[in-house]
Amino acid sequence: MNGIEPPVLQVEGVCKRLGGKAVLEDCSISVRRGELKVLIGPSGAGKSTLLHCINCLVVPDKGDILLEGERLDTRDKAALCAFRTRVGMIFQDFNLFDHLSALDNVAIALRKVRGMSRDDAAARAREELEKVGLGGRGGHYPAELSGGQKQRVAIARALAMDPRVILLDEPTSALDPELVGEVLSVIRALAKDGMTMVMATHQMDFARALATELLFMEHGRIIEQGTPEELLADETTRTRDFCQRLGELG
Amino acid sequence: MDVPFFTQTLLPALNKGLAVSLALIVPAALFGFLGGVLLGCLRVFAHPWLRRLGDWYTSLLRGVPLAIQLMLIYYALPYLGIFFSPYGAALTGFILCTTAYQSEYIRGALLSIRLGQIRAAQALGFTTWQTVLWIVVPQAARRALPGCGNEIVYLIKYSSLAYLVTCMELMGQGKVVASDTFRYTEVFMAVGAYYLVMVTVASRLLHWLERRYAVPGFAGA
Repeated sequence: MNGIEPPVLQVEGVCKRLGGKAVLEDCSISVRRGELKVLIGPSGAGKSTLLHCINCLVVPDKGDILLEGERLDTRDKAALCAFRTRVGMIFQDFNLFDHLSALDNVAIALRKVRGMSRDDAAARAREELEKVGLGGRGGHYPAELSGGQKQRVAIARALAMDPRVILLDEPTSALDPELVGEVLSVIRALAKDGMTMVMATHQMDFARALATELLFMEHGRIIEQGTPEELLADETTRTRDFCQRLGELG
Repeated sequence: MDVPFFTQTLLPALNKGLAVSLALIVPAALFGFLGGVLLGCLRVFAHPWLRRLGDWYTSLLRGVPLAIQLMLIYYALPYLGIFFSPYGAALTGFILCTTAYQSEYIRGALLSIRLGQIRAAQALGFTTWQTVLWIVVPQAARRALPGCGNEIVYLIKYSSLAYLVTCMELMGQGKVVASDTFRYTEVFMAVGAYYLVMVTVASRLLHWLERRYAVPGFAGA
């Protein structure tokens, strides 16, 4: 080691075409430990596809993904599964397992992927639910939880796997406005604890306050990137223009 | 009414037949359901040529009358050196046939599971088959249960075809008594009542199963 830690996550030149149309063109991101990178931009810009490409839920056509300096071979199924256990993913529409209680939603991957015993997995799951403020809801099924609670269970489920980095795909977009706060406060606490994250969002106040760096995407490309101060101060940036229009709408 | 005919001739014969019928129905329902889950999964998640194989199997078994399948298993397979007892032939035929039907119910339920949950499982590091086994099948089986129960009710009644391959179950016993005594009306009303009771008990059992595995948010819960 030369003392310089490699970035936790590197995305290099990722391209993806879907239905003959380029949805991602030459996207690169480098995330260091403890950073929160926020992807912003209009709907259809490719933010979600980029996040899905990072853990190969959508397989990129070109480009490389490196986790802690290790290049991912997307054709090696076992390596891909191992990679995914180290990369947490939070989805816009939660995607909890409908047939499992909140506790089992968090515990199942610990048992089936990590090979933990039922009791150990349940104990760990209880701990993670506690952290997102749902200690008392372990026995509830997804249908019995509010949107904000579901998303917090999803966050607990991802955290239980001890991920090196978490990808958040518009975690609050499917929530009623009054439920956005509870989810953001969980994410804020994670950021304060030094969790490495890449997040797509339209919550500009949140991004401005916490992002290490903003990445503005349009037509499948990252067209601007920089600290919130830089991008939002400069009157000529696309980012500022976009954020102003978001503000007018809100 | 000729009570001794019922108590001494008909009911003992039908009870003997009932035991054979149950010995056909219970394993056929069980293995047919498991086979259906397996075949249904193959037809949705497996390699394309395995899928096609599964589709062909289902088309064939659903396309040919069960009576003919039983006849072929019992009378034609011996030419290939495969011999079945009447009971073995009937049970094999029922399992193969009910598997094909069950796979359709399962396949429909599998396709109803949201892609998002499959993505979420994969994002947690589940392999394809772990995802199918732990996330998709438990939900699909619950959704398919009413349909699969329907198939089991059918099975109870088409088990009466076993007498075609000389397996002496309920229908076979009834036929023997009827042709010995020429009391077709009484005999077949009694046989019908036996089937009605079996179907009623099975329906109750299936409802209990549905309630037992009900999960909030799923249909019926």
